[in-house]
Amino acid sequence: MVARCGKGVIDIGVEILESIAFLGLTTVSLTRVVAQPRQLRVPAIFYHMEQAGLNAIPIIALIAFLIGLVIAYQGAIQLRQFGAEIFVVYMVAVSVLRELGILLTAIVVAGRSGSAFTAQIGAIKINEEVDAMRTIGLDPMQVLVVPRVIALMIVLPLLGFVADVMGLIGGGVMSMIELGISPAQFIDRLGQSFAPWTLGTGLVKAPVFAAIIATTSCYMGMKVTGSSESLGKLTTRSVVHAIFAVIVADAVFSIFFAYIGI
Amino acid sequence: MATEDGSAIRAKNITVAFDGVTVLEDLNLDVRRGEVVGFVGPSGAGKSVLLRTIVGLNKRQAGRVEVLDEDLDKLNHRSRRELERRWGVLFQSGALFSSLTVAQNIEVPLLEHSKLPRDVVEEICALKIGLVGLPREAASKYPMELSGGMRKRAGLARALALDPEILFLDEPTAGLDPIGAAAFDELLRSLQRSLGITVFMVTHDLDSLYAVCDRIAVLGDKHVIVTGTVEDMQKQAHPWIHDYFHGPRGRAAKGAESA
Repeated sequence: MVARCGKGVIDIGVEILESIAFLGLTTVSLTRVVAQPRQLRVPAIFYHMEQAGLNAIPIIALIAFLIGLVIAYQGAIQLRQFGAEIFVVYMVAVSVLRELGILLTAIVVAGRSGSAFTAQIGAIKINEEVDAMRTIGLDPMQVLVVPRVIALMIVLPLLGFVADVMGLIGGGVMSMIELGISPAQFIDRLGQSFAPWTLGTGLVKAPVFAAIIATTSCYMGMKVTGSSESLGKLTTRSVVHAIFAVIVADAVFSIFFAYIGI
Repeated sequence: MATEDGSAIRAKNITVAFDGVTVLEDLNLDVRRGEVVGFVGPSGAGKSVLLRTIVGLNKRQAGRVEVLDEDLDKLNHRSRRELERRWGVLFQSGALFSSLTVAQNIEVPLLEHSKLPRDVVEEICALKIGLVGLPREAASKYPMELSGGMRKRAGLARALALDPEILFLDEPTAGLDPIGAAAFDELLRSLQRSLGITVFMVTHDLDSLYAVCDRIAVLGDKHVIVTGTVEDMQKQAHPWIHDYFHGPRGRAAKGAESA
């Protein structure tokens, strides 16, 4: 029992160290691409942008819309007690734009694309394709990891923006139904609740979240060995770790933003 | 292919261990240029591990590997790439890139290592597809749509794309039908004769051993027990080698050879 606990702790430590090493390797590979842009696999980037970005729009739009609805509804019930219904707009704007829009997007993308990345790379690894690349002289990092990381870092801010817009629309619809706030009034109030950084604080997190999700899932994919059992296990772990890391990063961002006062 | 000392692969005192389990220990091996060497040994003896170690996919705990007179540990990025151009590897499952068609697979090493114009690349690709006996239509298919044997042929075509000096084959005939396997042996023979390719072949196929191998190396107890021609093998007293070459399948293969 004690031995198992100890082994578990050591395993976690090793895994953290390995992920940091992988992050370093990814960074090196990315800088190498900057030095030699010819190595960049542009078609692969577009392919992953389509898979992880374009195809995720419907589900993310729907989820953000519903969350906007729910927040406005709950807010309306609470704020009505004080006769402060109109602040629902402010509440929706701040919560969606600063936190929920991008966080939800990151979580959906981690579930959708993070798992896909791990499974794809894992399957490629099982099929000895990674070994084949090495013997031919292709760098698996350049072929498999870099395009995915770049693609996700491009699309996640865009998806986050879609989520922001849809969340606000959801909030607006519910305000109209529940509180009788007309769309014009809603937009007017929205304009007033905008601090210069309200949208920025949300979207600036997106590339960081994207990097976390992409490197975590690619790292897990590269760790797959031999059996399809390990593929399944690591796919699960990839999603769990990615979401966990995203939420930790979000907390760090909150502290940071509070510290610099935006 | 003038050589200084006629050695294509030289491995000295190789030790490989995974998670504390030693797979190969103090292994020595010499493969001459232009030679076809077959590696046999019980399952789990480390034949594939040896192959992967020589092409640099596995870490060694100790020892030195020289391929085509290049010390694997002393290579910088450029000379490593240079060496990769001179060898071809066929993995057990073919290891084709599943997102690419057969033709694209064969083009990968060409595009990576040469600056040949597009039409020449396509021509070479078509040539290799014909060489390994794949039908022309297979070129535009994805690996998923091919049978195991065809995937292996496509893998071989990719390994041959750059006209390598050494060919590493991991169980090339396993999973092929007997006719296909015989044709494969024939292909290897002719490649070796016409181009002087050195072949490092892990195999269980006795027919291949008899038909194409100049020398056979038996792997067991974590090192190379013995090397020699097929005739030498039959005189060996080592129980595993004796059983291997004198078992019913061994006798059948021998009969086929002498017939």
